Amino acid sequence: MADNLFKLKIISPERTFYEGEVTMFECRTTEGEIGILKNHIPLTAVLAPGVARIMEPDKENAKAALISGFIEILQDEVTVLAEIAEWPDEIDVKRAEEAKIRAQRRLQEKATGTNLARATLALQRSIARIEAAKK
Amino acid sequence: MASMRDIKRRKVSIQSTQQITKAMKLVSTVKLQRAKQRAERSQTYFLSMYQTVVNILKRSGYMEHPYMKPNVSGKKAVIVITSNRGLAGGYNSNIVKLITQQEWKKEEVIIYAIGKKGRDALRRKGYEVIADESEMINEPLYSDAMELSDRLLQDFSDGKIGEIYLAYTHFRNTVSHIPTMLKLLPVDMEEAAEKSEIDSEVEDKTLMNYEPEEVEALNMIIPKYVTSIIYGALVEAVASENGARMQAMDSATSNAEEMIGSLELQYNRARQGHITQELTEIIGGAEALSN
Repeated sequence: MADNLFKLKIISPERTFYEGEVTMFECRTTEGEIGILKNHIPLTAVLAPGVARIMEPDKENAKAALISGFIEILQDEVTVLAEIAEWPDEIDVKRAEEAKIRAQRRLQEKATGTNLARATLALQRSIARIEAAKK
Repeated sequence: MASMRDIKRRKVSIQSTQQITKAMKLVSTVKLQRAKQRAERSQTYFLSMYQTVVNILKRSGYMEHPYMKPNVSGKKAVIVITSNRGLAGGYNSNIVKLITQQEWKKEEVIIYAIGKKGRDALRRKGYEVIADESEMINEPLYSDAMELSDRLLQDFSDGKIGEIYLAYTHFRNTVSHIPTMLKLLPVDMEEAAEKSEIDSEVEDKTLMNYEPEEVEALNMIIPKYVTSIIYGALVEAVASENGARMQAMDSATSNAEEMIGSLELQYNRARQGHITQELTEIIGGAEALSN
């Protein structure tokens, strides 16, 4: 059982968000959802707003919202540099819901150019937060 | 010799100044502790960020990328991080000096000011200050740094500015703070390669994959890199500011102590002189009467 563990570090600018030995780590990158087990090939990927799942042995899976940043996978160590990382109990669900509605409204108004990109990002962010906060 | 009353008044005034400097020293000591912890906590992030970016750059070689080469515009943008309040010794003037000493023409430089002291000093010297984010320094947030770097990168890709520099005070330890000028963009390939040679030899052997492609990944990572450097500089600058203020107030307090001591001596001398004079007058008067 202990053979399939690898080191995971999630670092945000304000703190070391998570550090420990895990069996599996799931997160969302710009190319899609990925799950990482031990002995993954070396990979650097850019994160997209989404829910990350941390699976530790003999423990319930932990969820967290990772908003942006990137992930670096080396042989036996995974480092996530997250610009924004939040545990479910730190998320203000009401605010996220409001942000979601605001973003949707802006998208319906057919925003263009950078505004469109910004609204899409805001929508993704708020959905990631809401998803992470769900039990 | 000054009169006793004058000396006393002076002494009282210095004593109350000393009380203020002492209180300021205590306050900045506490603030320094907090800022220091904060700087240390965020350090791991920047080190890994720097490492990753350098590794990517090294592996991808000298590629053609808009962030890697100077822009057509000859303007230099300088982010200047100083404090909003004075009484911090040479903290602010050192940063200003750092900029004026560069061999740059004033017309070429655009200042993005963070901190009122630096903003005012540079404006007086005739530099063009186009942004003022002085509120940021009170409580540096990562989102502030993000906004600023977005704006800078936008100006950079619009061709308004050709190079981006960052002037801040590096916090080495509690007593040593070094004014530093950093070049943010275009990324200096040679410098990066030089620095990375020492510490990344081991990682060289692993073949890294990128998702998305390297160039695209770089597009997304460089803004994060710039943001993280700006944030790191902000956090360090706050620590340096409080360190500098603590030192300045410490020496002010001990100077006041010295002055009070010498005034005390003067006062006692004046008092003694006064008594001696009175005695001679009485004796002189008595002698004049008895004759």
